[in-house]
Amino acid sequence: MSELNGSGGTVTVQVNGERVTLPRGSMLIAALLKTGAPCRISVTGEPRTALCGMGICFECRAIVDGVPQQRTCQIVCKEGMAVETQL
Amino acid sequence: MNRAFDIVVVGAGPAGLAAATAAVDAGRKVAVLDDNPHVGGQIWRAGAGKSAADRAREQAVAAFEASGAKLLAGRQVVDATASPGTLQAWVGSEQRLESIQFESLILATGARERFLPFPGWTLPGVFGAGGLQALVRGGYDVRGKRIVVAGTGPLLLAVAAHLKQDGADIVMIAEQAPMGRLAGFATNLLSRPAKVLQGMRLRAELSSVPYRTGCWVIAAEGSEAATTVRLTDGSRTWAERCDLLACGFHLVPNTELASLLGCRVTENGVEVNAEQRTSVQGVYCAGEPTGVAGVDAASVQGKIAGLVAAGKTAVAAQLFSRRDAEVAFGRAMTRAFALRAEVLKLSAPDTIVCRCEDVRLGELQGEMLPRRDWTDAKLQTRCGMGPCQGRICGPALDALFGWRNTSVRPPVFPVPIAALCSAPPVTEVSILEPQEISR
Repeated sequence: MSELNGSGGTVTVQVNGERVTLPRGSMLIAALLKTGAPCRISVTGEPRTALCGMGICFECRAIVDGVPQQRTCQIVCKEGMAVETQL
Repeated sequence: MNRAFDIVVVGAGPAGLAAATAAVDAGRKVAVLDDNPHVGGQIWRAGAGKSAADRAREQAVAAFEASGAKLLAGRQVVDATASPGTLQAWVGSEQRLESIQFESLILATGARERFLPFPGWTLPGVFGAGGLQALVRGGYDVRGKRIVVAGTGPLLLAVAAHLKQDGADIVMIAEQAPMGRLAGFATNLLSRPAKVLQGMRLRAELSSVPYRTGCWVIAAEGSEAATTVRLTDGSRTWAERCDLLACGFHLVPNTELASLLGCRVTENGVEVNAEQRTSVQGVYCAGEPTGVAGVDAASVQGKIAGLVAAGKTAVAAQLFSRRDAEVAFGRAMTRAFALRAEVLKLSAPDTIVCRCEDVRLGELQGEMLPRRDWTDAKLQTRCGMGPCQGRICGPALDALFGWRNTSVRPPVFPVPIAALCSAPPVTEVSILEPQEISR
């Protein structure tokens, strides 16, 4: 993959405690999608992941470094970031 | 923190970048706000993923960067007022609100995909069409994945071509519009050689991919995630095995901020005059919010708005005829991809319509208690009351039932209550609207 905004290389984050390595400059949602972990569980218990990819639908919100309700499609991965499925 | 500018542009896509560049070149102090971490908006979205070289993007971004306009990225406008010109933006990375003053405001808030509910559309593995493309640009690896691209609009071809370049296996493209209507639009295209070439290039890249017109998804199926897509051409139905479904139904303008400011909004979008002025003094609007018409229309509308806001109306006037031609093209495109009646009747009573609150069609259409309108549905079922604030189910219910969301109130984007409490409101808010308490 070419790196448009990243300067090349990779970044490693944690998804529900599992280490995931991605191209530098990736969004957090890419890490969740790579592991298959849902971003959140809906009010009637359905697993959900991103729909719109552009920060509008809020389906990709998850807990990022302990802060809930974060839209993972709008957050660039930083080394060591931890994202958890929002229950 | 307080900041002040002559002109503030909301949105760093083609319209916003053109507006800001033109206004700075005319000597004004300009800031551009965008929710995304990078410039380009959606159509010129950058990211870690592979992105095809786009000369228009490179030129627009280079001109913007050279102009010296201030880019305020990663900011979401939550509240704004035209007089005095003030807005509040949520800075997600710092979890705080920022107040920004301006003399003129240019809204270049773009468009979003229209989604229509169908059985299985909430399953993981079902994405928007532009949505999946954005996610791939954000680093999602789709190499070797079997993908059905479906819905409607010129975006489907571009998305399929990009996904294929990214190593995906495109099973098919299902376009709901009938061939006859698209052929009429293609004739209209012949007067625009650049767009014909663009279309031909996409088609060549997709030469091995079936493009079916008059064909649409009726359901996505799978237990944990979508594994099968059921399609129809109106007479026959069949199933396609796939890993992902990318499905979107053209675009709808983002008009929430314009509505909050009191700008007149019609069914096409934000109403503007030839100078891109809205009905509110000092507020301009450019690009998709004024009616979906594509990137070329957005760029020229943005430039006009930037020039006029900076007082260069005579220069701007030279661009009117080009703008009018682009807008006419966009309107023709929207007509060509109008929704067929069948795609508005795909949901079953248990199909979720509002994804934030898991409101099902049966709760809105129940035989005992059919909901009358958007407000009724909202009050009785919580439809549209989740964090997306009806941005996804609103356009769907408008298409399905003609229900319009007419009330837009601050914050137009959800922020933590603590942040709101610590910042003074910029608009007067009445807690209860008369229409709601009279019920």
